[in-house]
Amino acid sequence: MAGETTAGNATPGNATPGSAGLTREDAAYVARLARIDLTDDELGLYAVQLATVIGHAAELAALDTDGVEPTAHPLPLRNVTRADEPRPSLDRAEVLAQAPAVEDGRFRVPPILGEAP
Amino acid sequence: MTTPGDSGAPGTPGDRSSPALEIARDVRAGSVSARDVVERYLGAVDAVDGELHAFVTVLHDSARREAAAVDRQVAAGEDPGPLAGVPVALKDNLCTRGVPTTCSSRILDGWCPPYEATVVERLRRAGAVVIGKTNLDEFAMGSSTENSAFGPTRNPHDPARVPGGSSGGSAAAVAAGLAPLALGSDTGGSIRQPAALCGVVGMKPTYGTVSRYGLVAFASSLDQIGPITTTVTESAVLFDVIGGQDPCDSTCLERPAPRTVSALADGVEGLRVGLVTELVDGADQAVAARVHEAAGVLEAGGARVEEISIPELRHGLPAYYVLAPAEASSNLSRYDGVRYGLRVEAGTAEAMNAATRAAGFGPEVKRRIMLGTYALSAGYYDAYYSQAQKVRTLIIDALGVAYQRFDVLLGATTPTTAFALGAKVDDPWSMYLSDVCTVPSNLAGHPAISIPFGSDDKGLPVGVQVLAPSLCEPVMFQVAAVVERGAPVLAPPGIRAA
Repeated sequence: MAGETTAGNATPGNATPGSAGLTREDAAYVARLARIDLTDDELGLYAVQLATVIGHAAELAALDTDGVEPTAHPLPLRNVTRADEPRPSLDRAEVLAQAPAVEDGRFRVPPILGEAP
Repeated sequence: MTTPGDSGAPGTPGDRSSPALEIARDVRAGSVSARDVVERYLGAVDAVDGELHAFVTVLHDSARREAAAVDRQVAAGEDPGPLAGVPVALKDNLCTRGVPTTCSSRILDGWCPPYEATVVERLRRAGAVVIGKTNLDEFAMGSSTENSAFGPTRNPHDPARVPGGSSGGSAAAVAAGLAPLALGSDTGGSIRQPAALCGVVGMKPTYGTVSRYGLVAFASSLDQIGPITTTVTESAVLFDVIGGQDPCDSTCLERPAPRTVSALADGVEGLRVGLVTELVDGADQAVAARVHEAAGVLEAGGARVEEISIPELRHGLPAYYVLAPAEASSNLSRYDGVRYGLRVEAGTAEAMNAATRAAGFGPEVKRRIMLGTYALSAGYYDAYYSQAQKVRTLIIDALGVAYQRFDVLLGATTPTTAFALGAKVDDPWSMYLSDVCTVPSNLAGHPAISIPFGSDDKGLPVGVQVLAPSLCEPVMFQVAAVVERGAPVLAPPGIRAA
């Protein structure tokens, strides 16, 4: 399967454990999901390097895990609440002072839906 | 005394001196001023750190102010606490209010946290003086500190070699005598592995015993903050200071952190120690030899040592390198150029996010985010992420079975001694193999400690690892103290405070 996976394969139902091949198009699709602009050189490099690591992860597929509960966390977690008492929060001016762009006491960002600001 | 070229045969064992505890004793007694102590350490940093590059930020002014405040307390007849006047170095992924916290990343350029990490507050309450922020692999992702945007830290025992990572700056600072105490964070071995490579003590606490409030998140189900020190006693003292429940971290255990200092002198008579095949077999010959010598020290002290194979541990590394990047890809989505740090302007929000992250993250962080995003993407989630979570369960269960027979487990901390700068940067999997002995404790949430134990034939330090079940820090420290007393004395590093 190596080299045959395409970006279109990264959809439900097409996972093939053990097929560690990754194309440049796969890498580009993942980079888009991760919101990182990668250069062509980076895409080529990461396609190869990710395939190596995923190849090791694919070894896990051979293990019998039928009936084994997945562990998401080492502690038996449950909701923790504290007393509902008013107390100071972070200072707004101090927080906004860290932001790259601010307007009217809020974070300023470029257009999200493409319309003019 | 072990000298370079020596095989690391046991020298004169004995109690190691604990610089931090000597400082605290003298400052509390009023026989030494905290101001003098901090000047001595700042002078050492200024003299040596140009070559070592353990620090990202040195806090000359605030350290002097904090030391003066400690001296005023002593003069007023108050007790500043168990770490009175002790300089401490903080890994630069721990938030310090008003002081840049970089994670050795360009994406946090200019960021000064508006709040303090809980561990930093607890250190100050115990009388400690923060002298600086130390270098790390960007966002704690790496095993050599070469992934820092500010350049690598060097190993004090050989400047051509890495200090390990990701807490390489903290380990190098303690080894070189630039700080008597340091804090690191350990997600897959990032405290223990650099401690082993630099010849100091590094300890990862039980998950949930130390608040992670103010620790910049990497992989939240694995991260823990812990001490890097010269001696096991200092490690226990520092753990007792930073541990305990915190309302700001909902993953903190309700029960108080185990008190460990009192266990240090108990010895190992009658304790059952499992020497783990999988934590020794793949190691270099010299490293394996030191682990067997440490086992001999424990036997001589009255422990019953038996070999045990835990085959499931072989799956730890591949499981870890699915789970940790998956959690990281989620945690690091917050760096989007909106609220703090770097922004690269672009026409739309999405283009701005992607351009900012491209410019702000280094190669290893991009690699891990890509890996985690892939493992979590539709169609691959079950094959990789779910399966890795189930393998995590298998590892936890296998360790549980082992702990029915043994009080603690023993192995190498890392398979090799310090490797050359640049040796593994182009081959991620070979770098990841540095973590093969340390990741099981993170997956299980268990405590583990690396203790320096002699050296290889080049004089490079070797670390021996003691692992224990959750909340069994007291017995872990008990065993570690005996290993330390029987360890060959390591030659001082070539780069160190005068």
